[in-house]
Amino acid sequence: MDNDKRPLSPHIQVYRWQLTMLLSIMHRASGIALVAGLFILVYWLNALASGPESFAQAQSIFGSFLGMLVMFGFTAALYFHLCNGIRHLIWDAGHGIGKQQAFNSGRTVLIATGVLTLTSWLVGLIFF
Amino acid sequence: MDLRTPYSRVHHLGSAKSGLGHWWWQRVTAVILVPLLIWFILSLVCLAGADYVTTVAWFKRPLVSAAWVVLLGALFYHAQLGLQVVIEDYVHTELLKIAALLAVKFFTFLLGAAAIIAVLRVAIGA
Repeated sequence: MDNDKRPLSPHIQVYRWQLTMLLSIMHRASGIALVAGLFILVYWLNALASGPESFAQAQSIFGSFLGMLVMFGFTAALYFHLCNGIRHLIWDAGHGIGKQQAFNSGRTVLIATGVLTLTSWLVGLIFF
Repeated sequence: MDLRTPYSRVHHLGSAKSGLGHWWWQRVTAVILVPLLIWFILSLVCLAGADYVTTVAWFKRPLVSAAWVVLLGALFYHAQLGLQVVIEDYVHTELLKIAALLAVKFFTFLLGAAAIIAVLRVAIGA
């Protein structure tokens, strides 16, 4: 459509950054990042299905420093998308929509993401 | 309750899209994925560094392979629905939008099939 010259309502660059908008953007960003994770998941499953050699190769990639760093990032992205997704489902049910509640649940999501990611990796590295 | 105007009703005009179906299935898959992903992460933590035999034996357990198939189905469907919204938000050229949407549908189906077939090969294979 030829209406590029029309004045626009204030957009994100004029707003002061705040937690709720950051989490909203992070939800979409983490979702897109996790799609890349799906490719890795498909690779891992097919490596397993193809036999011991290919599986050992996959495990050595994931066990390398770089591999673990990437998987740590995906763990955080998955936990964030999961926790914030539950926050969205609670909103969909009509709860927690108040301004203060939305900020509180946002902080809870961030803390939960950090705690769950670190705990999962500590448990995985120490016990298994 | 019908939210359409009387004019659109006599002309049999709706939105001509399926926004409610999209919204609903995004939520259905999200709800299914909550317990499945908690199980998925816990399992991967326990499997960290496991050898081939242990991993295959785990996949061969009936409930495990069944849960994997449901997880993958919900996961790839959820990914397709999510990517669709991103494309609809940012791609405004109609032809490009349709091409991108079709590509996303095709590739999520393809990848999802590849993932499920791999799980079945492990579960059923020798």
